[in-house]
Amino acid sequence: MELTLTVNGRKVAVDVPTDMLLVDLLRERLGLTGTHVGCDTSQCGACVVHADGVSVKSCTMLAVAAQGSQVTSIEGISGAGGRNSLHPMQQAFHENHGLQCGFCTPGMIMSSIDFANRNAAPTEAEVRHWLEGNMCRCTGYQNIVASILAGTAAMHATGSVEAA
Amino acid sequence: MHPFTYHRPATLADAAGLLQSTGGVGIAGGMSLLPVMKHRLATPSALIDLSGVAALTGIAAADGVLTLGAMARHIAVANSPVVAASIPALAALAGGIGDPAVRNRGTLGGAVANADPSADYPAAVVGLGATVVTDRREITADAFFTGLFATALEPGELIVAIRFPVPQAAAYAKFRSQASRYAVVGVFVAKFANGVRVAVTGAGPSVFRVPAMEAALSANFDASAIAEIAIPADGLNGDIHAEPAYRAHLVSVMTGRAVAAASAA
Repeated sequence: MELTLTVNGRKVAVDVPTDMLLVDLLRERLGLTGTHVGCDTSQCGACVVHADGVSVKSCTMLAVAAQGSQVTSIEGISGAGGRNSLHPMQQAFHENHGLQCGFCTPGMIMSSIDFANRNAAPTEAEVRHWLEGNMCRCTGYQNIVASILAGTAAMHATGSVEAA
Repeated sequence: MHPFTYHRPATLADAAGLLQSTGGVGIAGGMSLLPVMKHRLATPSALIDLSGVAALTGIAAADGVLTLGAMARHIAVANSPVVAASIPALAALAGGIGDPAVRNRGTLGGAVANADPSADYPAAVVGLGATVVTDRREITADAFFTGLFATALEPGELIVAIRFPVPQAAAYAKFRSQASRYAVVGVFVAKFANGVRVAVTGAGPSVFRVPAMEAALSANFDASAIAEIAIPADGLNGDIHAEPAYRAHLVSVMTGRAVAAASAA
């Protein structure tokens, strides 16, 4: 089925099977392997990307359902401050040691950016509630929560917040 | 997944026509349907994506009734000022379904049509005595849920909207699975001028009411009123999360919490 959408700001036209998942379009067709498949059952959140500005689990969304949509994956968020510059949320994960093995990190960051877009001054409890759909098998939640609090503040301080 | 054709109509009439002509099923947020299709427990020949049908969206309150379009996503209900002003318990319920990414996709109509025994929305639909409006008729909440994943919907029949009467007070108390966030037991309590309704999800094969508790709470809307009412464990669900006897106990505990929360609101 013919499908046109925008991925990380780039127009994409592809012919995909109707049963192709959005995550498989990103990884297998477009070579964007930053988005991970952890559980494939919409539990773990490693596959979170943004579709039209809000976080979705790309393992539980059909590629064809993204017709006409703006999709942003982890590859699409860096570089606003120049080549190789990290997004403020990525920078916060870096500075707060918000990752160990890193497998869950792309989903954590995409989920966190959606959170920051909706919350200017969140509490730790609100961050933890939001993270219910993102699992870290290294169980490094302490630093992930610290990263998100710092990243949210940085996003609002630098004006890199988008309306959800 | 087995192969299927995919259609995305823009009108209700086109959606109904495609459901007839293809023999397929409607897909709303896909949060339940896609997982069961991945397991090949559902193998529809066609999917009719309802996300393009504008007539299925909308949130409005008037004359003591809150009307939510079938495609109202959980996030929209959770954040809606209209819902917060009319039935805040419903906004809280929607904000506790699954996780943020699930709430960004999942819909009221999809959850209600799926009739998962552990889903949250059926408790609100029955607890508030809502009316399910389809493209063919109106169905009362008490007649809608007929069993495990079973409803009164006929093949190809689409939920258009659900009308919730606004109660004097209401609350939903959920004992949730830590892993899935589904309700091990969830109880929706609603107090109306003509009595109290108590609807339980998660405990049985389908959402059910508890008449003894409703009578006691109608006479005295306080958690102490149900302290002596025992829920029989016969026929309740048992799984790795909770045995039937534990679920029976949880019905009483969650009802008490819901009454306390509704009284405090």
